[in-house]
Amino acid sequence: MAVLDIRQRTGWLFFAVIVGHIILISAQVNTRRGVPMLEAIVFGGFAEVQRAATSVVTGVQDNWNNYFALQQIRHDNEQLTREVTEMRVALQQERALASQTRLLQQLLDLRTSLPLSTTAGNVTQSAVIGGGPSPAFRTITIDKGSHEGIRQDMAVIAPAGVVGRVIMPSARAAKVQLLIDSNAAAGAMVERTRAQGVAVGTGTDRLQMDYVPGSADVKAGDQVVTSGIDGIYPKGLVIGQIESVQGGTGDSRKIVIRPAVDFSSLEAVLVVLTPPSAVPPDTEVSRPGVPSGVQPTAEAPRTEPSTQPTPDAPAAPERDESGNVER
Amino acid sequence: MKAVAVLVGIALALALQTTVARFVVGGTTAVDLVLVAVVYVALTTGPVSGMLSGTAAGLIQDALSSGGVIGIGGLAKAIVGFLVGVIGQQFIVTAALPRLVMLVAATALHGAIFMGLYVALGLRTFPSPWQAMIGQELGNALVGMIAFAIIEATPGMIERRRAGRRAR
Repeated sequence: MAVLDIRQRTGWLFFAVIVGHIILISAQVNTRRGVPMLEAIVFGGFAEVQRAATSVVTGVQDNWNNYFALQQIRHDNEQLTREVTEMRVALQQERALASQTRLLQQLLDLRTSLPLSTTAGNVTQSAVIGGGPSPAFRTITIDKGSHEGIRQDMAVIAPAGVVGRVIMPSARAAKVQLLIDSNAAAGAMVERTRAQGVAVGTGTDRLQMDYVPGSADVKAGDQVVTSGIDGIYPKGLVIGQIESVQGGTGDSRKIVIRPAVDFSSLEAVLVVLTPPSAVPPDTEVSRPGVPSGVQPTAEAPRTEPSTQPTPDAPAAPERDESGNVER
Repeated sequence: MKAVAVLVGIALALALQTTVARFVVGGTTAVDLVLVAVVYVALTTGPVSGMLSGTAAGLIQDALSSGGVIGIGGLAKAIVGFLVGVIGQQFIVTAALPRLVMLVAATALHGAIFMGLYVALGLRTFPSPWQAMIGQELGNALVGMIAFAIIEATPGMIERRRAGRRAR
């Protein structure tokens, strides 16, 4: 009966016989590489089976590793994220500390290089009382006052240059009028040609240099420093750089100075405790940002602020009782 | 009973092939009596019997042939036996001409598979395959027609002889 069943499946039987013959032939014939054909076919076929099995196993393994075994990874990820956050905070603190250290180092360098007696006025968040109460008055408040020896009209400087002067000291704080205030001024001179004038605040972020002789050689890019004739600022401190000279030549020229100090980001300043009159006449303060070889070659006349400008040394602007400039 | 007859016929064909056929045409094997036997079995009994008889006959033939690959002859004869059996079931091939055509076609198919496999596998070369194939087709057709006629006439002759003996 079984035989009959097999005989009725003619196609399958024919296929089986053919396959049997092929296997039999393959077992005896070598390929061109010398490998028995049956072995090559079996190996090739089994290799595909192995490949498929490996793919299945790898897929299952990947799914397991990428989905089911991620519980620990999630915990680790949360922990690492927490650690990264903590380390970022610590890094920010370290950066802030480093920045503060650099700033203090610059101040210390300036203080040691100055032939003046100074004290550090720390304008940090904890010490600053505030800026100017009105945009029309460009002032800051520092955390040092008369207890630290600060008096009115003392010069306030920063590593970059002149900041302003003390206009109102209290016991533990002092108000500083910035040089860009519209009522502020300082005796100035062009470092290259020694042409003197007065750097006057405009209430904006720029200064204007007035009272410059019409024959003086002044051009954009020249460095402007304090002349020391105003009795407040020591000679040779950087005020800024001439940004433009407008109006051609002569007395009608309008000279605009870009201040060296960024008044919008002041953090620490120095108050010059030594009055300029106590500084030896030939002494010019060294300052950061000015090459050592670029030193004044001529001594400007030291005069008290006067309302009468002279041809070579213009007088300092007239001041009122509070020290403001009368213009 | 039929299977035994098929096996006996295959064995007889193999015996004749190895003893008589080599003297038929100049010492060459231009006639394949085993193939003729397979074609006859397939035509008379069907594709399965033809395929199995072809397989058995071909494998034995391969085994007896020295230097050949066992299976190539079996494969060729199995395919020929199966296809002849299928055709024999679909068409009436009892007349002389269809059988002649069938023998020629079966021989051609067998030769194509047999020589084709050997050449494809790089095992042997056949200097003049078409000549050998045509010669074998003619020989098989001639021998097959005669053999078929003898085989089919033998029972009647025996019966008539028996009847004549009884009449005496």
